Amino acid sequence: MLEMQGIYKTYLPGTVNETRLFCNLFLKVPKGQFVSVVGSNGSGKTSLLNIICGQTRPDSGWVMLYGQDISKEKEHRRYARVGRVYQNPAMGTCGGMTLLENISLADNKGHGYGLTPGTVKARIPYYKSLLARLHLGLEDKLYMRAEALSGGQRQAMALLMATMTPISFLILDEHTAALDPKTAEVIMKLTNELVREKQLATLMVTHNLRHAAAYGDRLLMFDAGKIVQDIQGGEKAALKAEDVFALFTRLGAGYGG
Amino acid sequence: MNMVIGVLEQGFIYALLAMGVLITYRILDFPDLTVDSSFPLGAAISAVLTLNGTPPALTLPIALLAGGAAGLITGLIHVKCGVRDLLSGIITMTALYSVNLRVAGRANLPIYAGDTLFLNEWTRGFPPWLAPYSKLIIILFIVALVKIILDLFLKTKAGYLLRAVGDNPSVVAALNKDGGYVKIQGLMIANAFCALAGAVMCQHQRFFDISMGTGTLVTGLASVIIGLNMFSKLPRLKNTLAVIAGSILYKACVSAALSLGLAPTDLRLITAALFLVILILGKTRVRKVKPHA
Ligand SMILES: Nc1ncnc2c1ncn2[C@@H]1O[C@H](COP(=O)(O)OP(=O)(O)OP(=O)(O)O)[C@@H](O)[C@H]1O
Ligand SMILES: [Mg+2]
Repeated sequence: MLEMQGIYKTYLPGTVNETRLFCNLFLKVPKGQFVSVVGSNGSGKTSLLNIICGQTRPDSGWVMLYGQDISKEKEHRRYARVGRVYQNPAMGTCGGMTLLENISLADNKGHGYGLTPGTVKARIPYYKSLLARLHLGLEDKLYMRAEALSGGQRQAMALLMATMTPISFLILDEHTAALDPKTAEVIMKLTNELVREKQLATLMVTHNLRHAAAYGDRLLMFDAGKIVQDIQGGEKAALKAEDVFALFTRLGAGYGG
Repeated sequence: MNMVIGVLEQGFIYALLAMGVLITYRILDFPDLTVDSSFPLGAAISAVLTLNGTPPALTLPIALLAGGAAGLITGLIHVKCGVRDLLSGIITMTALYSVNLRVAGRANLPIYAGDTLFLNEWTRGFPPWLAPYSKLIIILFIVALVKIILDLFLKTKAGYLLRAVGDNPSVVAALNKDGGYVKIQGLMIANAFCALAGAVMCQHQRFFDISMGTGTLVTGLASVIIGLNMFSKLPRLKNTLAVIAGSILYKACVSAALSLGLAPTDLRLITAALFLVILILGKTRVRKVKPHA
């Protein structure tokens, strides 16, 4: 369903800071596949996601979704079928608006934003049931502003909002990085549940090697803009965090270098 | 007593403007200087149309539309040409200065001769005890109407989206919506309100003057900041009402300063000084958190 072909990207060409990142990158993610993406800092993971979402334009190459070339589509148009959760929990919700207002906005995605009431009262019980699934007690905080939530609570909201309406592709960029270990676990479990239940094709960037090994059908390792490991099927199922770590140490640059 | 009524009249007229500034400054987080010229634009249109025999009340919706067009231009310059927010407003403001002169035909256009929104068959029929309040009643009616419409709008899906785009544009993009259009929409509504304020002001003072726009944004901002700082902590008080109260309080301060012996020519100086005081006093307020890491 996602297909990237012949992606080239050089940042700041012709300057001393020139970064030749992608050189003929190819990536294909079939329908419903959950892909974990690891790689050292600066290896191009976020750039890849930005190219998919249209925040960054590749120098050349195609991005196809459902066999449709979306390379020329504007960012907001691409989110019609794509959901995204950022590393920063504040990016996914409107801080000055209440949880109910945020969730109502997300619920209406794909329909027009006209002059009908912003919150449909009849939907509130449904919203509460969605929030109750997060086990964070948010169902009792509908009238609280999102900025008053903790990072983990806010990230859970962001994940919920990103996956509420029918999408087929989910993009997660280190979405548990800002959370404490326990909350990170909760959010990761929730992510897995949502991805499986809705059969979303997913690209999940993470620095948590245990998450990368334990979750997903496939593991991609990036190094300097190249996919250096692509592990799928039974091999991925058997993969442990130590194995991923060993793969990292084999890289010339080393992890975090 | 007359002074109190005068302050209330002025305060409520500028409250229309303050509600416009509430949209740009507070909701969209957009410092929009267009208002300095959309306010006199509304006045110019209202003056010219009134002189041409248009019923004064009918000039208000026309001014409203013209203000919306001014906001549209600023929005297009900002969104489509990628010019920074402050500069887009300055460009429109500068251009509209000439447009306003064209509309009015000259720098000063009195409408003393005929009927106005506040002086007509209908108001002359008011009983004597009510007559001193006739202007205030009409202004109050307009302000209440605008406030109710704005409150209702902010509760709609479109209103939610408007609030979202100022709060966190990436949420709007994620909703598959073009944040640029939403911003343009907000600028149009805000400047429509400003032009309406200008038109009402013109009917009230019975003349258009090209310089009446100078300091409009400062007055609007001062009203919004006073209103939100002083009144928005009260439970269940809407921002629109807080801003209306802010506008009246601000006009009261200006008028108090004038009555302490300062000359009317010092008005702009007082306006600016008071604004500075408000900004310094309001600094303790928690700043809006930006969603960018
Ligand atoms: N807008 C930009 N302008 C210039 N260079 C950029 C830009 N964005 C990314 N780069 C460069 O491209 C490279 C890859 O960056 P990217 O953010 O994709 O890495 P990453 O894999 O997400 O790293 P991290 O794990 O630290 O998030 C880096 O060398 C970075 O300096
Ligand atoms: Mg990154």
